[in-house]
Amino acid sequence: MDLVLQLLFTGIGIGAVYALVALGFVLIFRATNVVNFAQGEFSMVAAYLMVVFAVDLALPYWLSFLLALAGMAVLGAVFNLGVYYPLRHRTYLPVIIATIGASILMANGVLALYGPQPQVLEGWFETPGIQLGPVYLDSQYLLIIVVTMILVAFNYWFFEKTMLGKKLQATSQDKEMASLLGISVSTMIMITFIYSAVLGGLAGILVAPILFVSIQMGSTIALKAFAATIIGGFGDVTGAIIGGLSLGIIETFGAAYISVPYKDAFAFLVLVMFLVFRPQGIFGERVAEKA
Amino acid sequence: MSSTEHVQTIEQLARPTPLLIRHSPYFIGAAIVVALAASASFDGYILNILMQATTFAIAVFGLSVVLGLCGQINLAQAAFFGFGAYAVGIGTADYQISYWLCLLAGCIMALLAGAVLGMSTLRLGGHYLAMVTISFQQIVTLVMINAIWLTHGPDGVGKIGRPALFQSSQSYLAFCVAMLALVGYLVWHLPDTRLGRAMRAVRDNELAAGVNGIDVFRTKIYAFAICAVLGGLGGGLFAGGFAYISPDQFSFAESIVFLTMSLLGGVASPIGSAIGTGLLILIPEWLRFLKSVPGLYLAIYGLSVILIIRYMPDGIWGFVTTFFDRFRRKVKLPAEGLPLVLAPAKTGGDMVLEVTGLAKHFGGLKAVDNVDIAVRRGGVHALIGPNGSGKTTTLNVLSGLYEATAGRVLLDGTDVTTMPPHLRAAAGLGRTFQNIRLFRSMTALENVIIGAERPGNTLIGNGGEAALTLRAMAALAFVGLGPRANELISSFSYGHQRLIEIARALAANPTLLLLDEPAAGLNSTEKLELHELLKRIAAQGLTILIIDHDMTLVSEAAQHITVLNFGRRIADGESMAVLRHPDVVSAYLGTD
Repeated sequence: MDLVLQLLFTGIGIGAVYALVALGFVLIFRATNVVNFAQGEFSMVAAYLMVVFAVDLALPYWLSFLLALAGMAVLGAVFNLGVYYPLRHRTYLPVIIATIGASILMANGVLALYGPQPQVLEGWFETPGIQLGPVYLDSQYLLIIVVTMILVAFNYWFFEKTMLGKKLQATSQDKEMASLLGISVSTMIMITFIYSAVLGGLAGILVAPILFVSIQMGSTIALKAFAATIIGGFGDVTGAIIGGLSLGIIETFGAAYISVPYKDAFAFLVLVMFLVFRPQGIFGERVAEKA
Repeated sequence: MSSTEHVQTIEQLARPTPLLIRHSPYFIGAAIVVALAASASFDGYILNILMQATTFAIAVFGLSVVLGLCGQINLAQAAFFGFGAYAVGIGTADYQISYWLCLLAGCIMALLAGAVLGMSTLRLGGHYLAMVTISFQQIVTLVMINAIWLTHGPDGVGKIGRPALFQSSQSYLAFCVAMLALVGYLVWHLPDTRLGRAMRAVRDNELAAGVNGIDVFRTKIYAFAICAVLGGLGGGLFAGGFAYISPDQFSFAESIVFLTMSLLGGVASPIGSAIGTGLLILIPEWLRFLKSVPGLYLAIYGLSVILIIRYMPDGIWGFVTTFFDRFRRKVKLPAEGLPLVLAPAKTGGDMVLEVTGLAKHFGGLKAVDNVDIAVRRGGVHALIGPNGSGKTTTLNVLSGLYEATAGRVLLDGTDVTTMPPHLRAAAGLGRTFQNIRLFRSMTALENVIIGAERPGNTLIGNGGEAALTLRAMAALAFVGLGPRANELISSFSYGHQRLIEIARALAANPTLLLLDEPAAGLNSTEKLELHELLKRIAAQGLTILIIDHDMTLVSEAAQHITVLNFGRRIADGESMAVLRHPDVVSAYLGTD
């Protein structure tokens, strides 16, 4: 029982990271109808930025954190202008291929600059964690869970209660109508990319002290996050969060009770099960293309 | 007649030169290349590069089928390549099984894996396929590294055997080149076969492919499986060529290399694939110094992918062909084709279409609610109603694009209520779309040939190329576009595109033709011509169910009218009586 609680805590912590990246997927998908296959690389790049600022330049942790997020905002903007925007009138296939190209470029660009050795990033807190009854709560996992909860609340407030959020929603639902109402669609899409890059970056920075900072972390996280979005139902924010959390739990238990080397395979199995039996996910109900 | 113009007669069209004679230059050329590969003496370095280029090109041919022809993505080609390589490697080195058996087994494994992967994902959108193939690739790599008892893990497999016949590297290369030539021929010829046309149709417009009798799902699976099997074949040949394989040769990075090769050369043709493969194997050899920095190569590939997609979407070969197309001589076609024969099936009773209690609900919205329609054989029946009354939704349910919430649809006596679109087409249903859905990368003739190819069309004999072409030409001539049959869809005006869509439906010789607002967007002359065309179609006994807002057209063409409003049937009967019906008048003009 103690082990189960411990695994549950770890699973929720790691699942929260998947949920954050999945949220970035969903936001971009809703705004542009395209899946951004470089979403995971945002996390990887942000983690490396943290290493540059906090380790190499030895800046204070909080300053490095802010600089890394600022860097992600810039990257999000550059990504939109260089990869998505020029192709916005083409079908989804070229856009997907371009984002895959961007993902390869980012991962291997960082590899060329930084070399293949995984880097170590310290956690935010000095205290490693606290013992709560039978469960040991690692401080970094606690931080991830708290930040995710805050972000989910922020996300809700932002999209439901602010004018900018409403405009973003309008854009994602009907671009033509939105532009007729005076909303600048290209600005909204730009904001979406920046926000998603920052979200993905945040996830990367938070998870970096748990995993090593490596160029593979992006594709691994992206794969899990994508599985999370399918479990939750594509294009559904709540679904992405629940999907991410459940995937983290499934994976942690799978690694503990079934097999460690194939830990990364569980996400794929769950993904295929959902694709075969419930492709619309838990919450989704997307209808096929209109005739 | 000027010397550059060449008018083809109907007879020439119907009896083209036999395929083997037309394509004989290819085989002669291939034989010369194979002989060269077998006899020229290369040093080991060149031999290795040629071996790699040859085996990679086979895998890239696979991508040109799935991505170029069918428009589906596969980011796991290196995994399929690995299936073939490991089958040959493990089989010949560890178990001393015959090379040929191992190669066959590798291809079959790749085929099965591709088919299963496709079946689980291809019903869904392309995003899923991309992510699932990436996942699959990762899993295969995990297994190659971790299942040490089988794959030797990261150490890889060595001492891989070759067939007794091709023991020397030189002769083995010649064998690989011969395989490449054979596969290249098949892939080159594929677009002009029934399956290849279906793939292109699916790529251009899935909905239109479905209502023209193409099984979209199955076509995609075939494309995916062909791609996988070519990956397996290339991998099997590769393993024999290099005698040693390890997991990193079949990683996701290699899948991206394959993809870049395909995109760079031009995804639509095997020539492009060969160019792309050759360049991406040679360029890294010339720029060896870049290899000292890990990651730099792939970073450049990633950047190239973005740039190619943006600036050269058809790749190098696509660029070259568009350039030379301008100088190609135009083959003119005769204006008068054979007369178009329509012989709608007459198996059922008086009614061609019997719809009872049909409903389609989207969540709480009752777009179509309890609608009955009966369409009499040989007549023109109109379905009218104000905007948003559920007309197009009804048509979409009738053609199987939407699943009915309730009700029953009988087509010529057959219950088609639960059939997918392509089976309804096979049962005799033809349709056009309100927003024209043609296969835009093809010529008018090819579009109409796909229509003529409808399973169950009794007027195309054995379905041979000549019969299909004649039938399609007759249909195009029927709508007045015969001489322009070889032009691409994009060169036709809006009104002519509508006519091509109608010709495509007519070529299929349907039992019932559904026309969704054929007059929308036409000018007054075009409307008159359309009216004339409808009369000529009806004169041949083909039953038509038409939706339109043009009341002159509807009242003159249709003998029977059904009126919908807010998803419900508000009137039904003989044309003039229905149009004077008070409910109909108030639905259109409002009440005081």
